[in-house]
Amino acid sequence: MAIALRDSYGEALAKYGTDNEKVVVLDSDVAGSTKSCIFGKKFPDRFFNVGIAEANMTAMAAGFASVGKIPFVNSFAVFLSSIGLIAARAFGSYSKLNMKLIGAYGGLSDAFDGPSHHALEDIAIMRSLPNFQVFVASDEKQTDWLVRHSIEHDGPVYIRLSRDKTSNLYHDSTEFQVGKGIVVRDGNDATIIACGSMTTTAVQAADLLAIVGVETRIVDMFSIKPIDREIILKCADETRAIVTVEEHSIIGGLGGAVAEVLASEGKHAPMRIVGIGDRHTECGPYCDLLEKYGLDAKAIAESVIQSLKKM
Amino acid sequence: MKLTSDKQNYLEGLCRKFRQDVISLLHDIQTGHPGGSLSVCEILTVLYFEIANVDPANPKMENRDLIVLSKGHAAPMLYRILAEKGYFPVEELKSLRQLNSRLQGHPSAKDTPGVDLSTGPLGIGLSAALGMALGLRCSNPETYVYAILGDGETNEGTIWEACMAASKFQADHLIAIVDHNKVQLDGCCDEIMPVGNLADKFKVFGWNVLECDGHSIPDLFKMISQAKTSVGKPTAVIAHTIKGKGVSFMEGKNIWHGKPISIEEFDQAIIELRGDN
Repeated sequence: MAIALRDSYGEALAKYGTDNEKVVVLDSDVAGSTKSCIFGKKFPDRFFNVGIAEANMTAMAAGFASVGKIPFVNSFAVFLSSIGLIAARAFGSYSKLNMKLIGAYGGLSDAFDGPSHHALEDIAIMRSLPNFQVFVASDEKQTDWLVRHSIEHDGPVYIRLSRDKTSNLYHDSTEFQVGKGIVVRDGNDATIIACGSMTTTAVQAADLLAIVGVETRIVDMFSIKPIDREIILKCADETRAIVTVEEHSIIGGLGGAVAEVLASEGKHAPMRIVGIGDRHTECGPYCDLLEKYGLDAKAIAESVIQSLKKM
Repeated sequence: MKLTSDKQNYLEGLCRKFRQDVISLLHDIQTGHPGGSLSVCEILTVLYFEIANVDPANPKMENRDLIVLSKGHAAPMLYRILAEKGYFPVEELKSLRQLNSRLQGHPSAKDTPGVDLSTGPLGIGLSAALGMALGLRCSNPETYVYAILGDGETNEGTIWEACMAASKFQADHLIAIVDHNKVQLDGCCDEIMPVGNLADKFKVFGWNVLECDGHSIPDLFKMISQAKTSVGKPTAVIAHTIKGKGVSFMEGKNIWHGKPISIEEFDQAIIELRGDN
């Protein structure tokens, strides 16, 4: 039974934080939501709740990093990538300080709190910062690996998490690599490149497409930066269309990153970017929001059909 | 603790030299910030030459004190002082703000030996300094972290977020020194954003607060030394200074926050700074 990604994150942080005393954790009065509280309970001396002050928190993390600690900075993705941005840019990106920014409640997952809390620009913002590695966690095992990787990697990292459960895509034996997308289902008609919870939804879309005879390859592009250029080009060669799917604005996110690769290599695969249009959203049940904004399996399947028709 | 008169004379002599050299440099390159560089001169000089445990031969020395120039636009004075200490050749100063230089317009820790933290965006240096102090609290209990703030910089809300946090976490090895020159880019602080009584503000945020003449070497030495005795509370040293200190036509004038220096202005400034007129 899958657990929510935030729980997986909180457990992983406490687990790997036990092994490495350099790990310190900062939160901005949302530790109960981000699940950094699990670490906080276990290691109160290495846990700093700074109150509702994301800019201060992120800059404090830079100070910790500059004296050899490995700070994990926790807030909602929408606030971390906006209020925390100046320190992320000045200290993480520009100075290459070893700070780890963990954006909880990515995409629409903080559904009922509404558009003020929906994170739909964080990928675009964070991947534009030089030196940052940017990841979107797709399942529980991957989240655990991302925490471990973040501790081992010397450099700034941004991880977007979801508030909710996703299906289990991976096993204990799955090997994850930075900059390497994972083919979670093969097919030769079209490719869906997805990230985060949308990877699971893309698999459901592929099931629907199979019924009408369309075999769809699914790539989990959890590593947004660095991105897997090789697999994108391979999919452009081997399948007839590429559809990207993300819980993010259609501007500057995963779709933008994939399009940049295709354009820079002169590839001309028919492509569609599925995400939230250039607009703000509204509150409501999570699954209803996904359906309304075209991020359910049916809508994704339809986008794949349309992209094949365009050929 | 008291400075010997020889030491005081030596440090005052250094400050006279630093001011002339910085004005000369900024005139040569026709870019950079003279006003805040001149006001912070004694603060940085006392820190680097008398108080802080730093070693230019080993810039990353593990148990060194850390100095964060949060008002990063005063980089010219910082660089002049770092060069005098021996972190890099004095000759290199002329590369300031030029292409392929280790001396960026604002301090860059990854480029410049002796710079402990990259700064430039105002308002976040104190938070980072707090993180440093907390990060070293257990492993390096002798280490102090000095954050030099501008008074205009206290317009930024993050300064007060950091103040609350430093107080909560009892960061008594964090010492903020405010270069309180009362002038910011667009005008007087009182006009642009009245900051009121800075000492009182830090006090109500739970800080130990000291005030001094920020151009007096002995006064600065005394107050910063006293700041190091604080237990359980971070300390703010409000150093009262004059923007553009030492050049009569620059003193207290916001226009000299970041204005190029003409040849006539340079000649006049140098005469005044040499004190030979």
